Amino acid sequence: MSVLVWIEQNQSGLVASSCEVLGKAREIAGQLGVPVVAAVVGADSTAAEAARVYGADRVLALVSPLLAQYRLSGCVAALRLAAEHAAATVILTAATIRGREVAATLAHQLGAGYAPEAVDLGVETGRLVAVRSIYSNNLLVDVTFTSAVQVASIRPRSFPFPATCSTASPVVLLDPGLAEADLREQLLATRNTDNGEVSLADAAIIVSGGRGVAQNPSQGFALVAELAGVLGAAVGASRAAVDAGYIPYKHQVGQTGRTVKPDLYIAAGISGAIQHLAGMGGSKRIVAINPDKAAPIFEKAHYGVAGDLFQVLPALTAELKKRLGR
Amino acid sequence: MKIAVLVKQTPDTAELSRVAAEDVRSGQIKAPLVINPWDEFAAEEAILLGERYSATSVAISLGLPSAVDVLKHALAMGVGAATLVDSRSLQGGDLWTTASVLAAAVQAEGADLVLTGRQSVDDNSGAVAAGVAAYLGWPLVSAVCQIVEIADNQITVERLIEGAQERIRVPLPAVLSVNKEINEPRYPSFIGIRKANKASIPVVSAASLGVAAESARTQWRNLRKPEERPQSCHWIEGASAAEQAARLVDLLLAEKVI
Repeated sequence: MSVLVWIEQNQSGLVASSCEVLGKAREIAGQLGVPVVAAVVGADSTAAEAARVYGADRVLALVSPLLAQYRLSGCVAALRLAAEHAAATVILTAATIRGREVAATLAHQLGAGYAPEAVDLGVETGRLVAVRSIYSNNLLVDVTFTSAVQVASIRPRSFPFPATCSTASPVVLLDPGLAEADLREQLLATRNTDNGEVSLADAAIIVSGGRGVAQNPSQGFALVAELAGVLGAAVGASRAAVDAGYIPYKHQVGQTGRTVKPDLYIAAGISGAIQHLAGMGGSKRIVAINPDKAAPIFEKAHYGVAGDLFQVLPALTAELKKRLGR
Repeated sequence: MKIAVLVKQTPDTAELSRVAAEDVRSGQIKAPLVINPWDEFAAEEAILLGERYSATSVAISLGLPSAVDVLKHALAMGVGAATLVDSRSLQGGDLWTTASVLAAAVQAEGADLVLTGRQSVDDNSGAVAAGVAAYLGWPLVSAVCQIVEIADNQITVERLIEGAQERIRVPLPAVLSVNKEINEPRYPSFIGIRKANKASIPVVSAASLGVAAESARTQWRNLRKPEERPQSCHWIEGASAAEQAARLVDLLLAEKVI
């Protein structure tokens, strides 16, 4: 028996959120008294080498020239071999787009129960308990499993990034023996869309703008981006700002956008509609900047600045440049 | 070609925070119910593809008898037909139950393409598209933001993953979950609403689709509201924005969040 974690790769290397899952998996495996196994899928074992430092008891490198690029059916076939090889009873992925489709498809093939986008994991009487956030972060529920194999995908930033270990895990190479005919997806092209920006899902700090930028939207979001730049933060936005066309949808935080959980969330000119609060209420520290002291955002905020973002953001950027030496 | 659109009846997003754990347990949701907003993009895309490829479309919902309203919404938008699968015999099922019943309904309709939204705003599982694809044995592409082309019994799409966009081609039949970026769902027209109100919507049961109830592989327990952390806002005072900024940075540095 074992806990198996899929370490995902993307255009920039190992996906951070899948490493977070591996960190938590170590704890779960300890409680279950079984080893933790990391599985890495690719054309060679380079990524498996990179995954060796995060404390897995072993790293399975599923290697095939047909796995050079992510393709769902190939990835699932490879992980199924890994699950059999490791006799996995718990299988975990990050709840990324790929992680979610892989976890669901693999769970189906293994006759397993599946808890999508869990926010916490625990063990009770030798079985996994996955905590899910449902009703767009308005309710929590514990998911228990009746199947032998238990599968969950984990929302990014639910667990801290793991410390590296001094002893590297041994790597085991496995060939899933795939043929092109086994793979149903053709990947015709890939292009990066992040332009070097920090992604909302993985960001430790997020600076968001809302309707408060209305008097000059492009300058307002330039100020948001400038502060984000100094902090190495991602840029977020409220639905109001996205709907008004001030900034593209991919920046939207909230019920119909992205759920985020940074260490620090700075909301500038956001009143705090309930849909927005549902998407960022889990942030560790929340700073709100808004001229209206009665705005609902201040009910969630740890620190409140009653002021105009056009004054406060540049002052904050200047202060941070001075103090952080950036 | 026939396109099946999977739509779910969910609480109005503005009301989600008022849904009580007890109401979910009992299945007696008091909030106003609407078509799951994510599924509107799937319905719109089915209508657009219908025009592009002269395909027919059918909306399928698994739900209580009240879910006929979301099917009427889909019809009023312009989806060609609708079927309701009555969920009342499926109490205690999990997402695999949902997926297997929907897969059977898709098969019964003879569809060759399935479209659905990225997730429901209530269960948030985002797993139904993958589950339906798995039960049907069809390829899956999730997070689709554009349907580029359907030709030679293959479909080519663009999809968005974290930080990248991919162009993927799969053979038909296939299952797609679609993103908000794919289109702008239309509002039902007055004529569409009148037509939908007159449409007869067949109601089928899981048993009539030939789906045997499997035992659920997961169970829900301890449904609860997240703990509200006691929160009082610490106001950052100061004679100027610069003074406020300096105080705030002091506090954030002391807390090591920057």
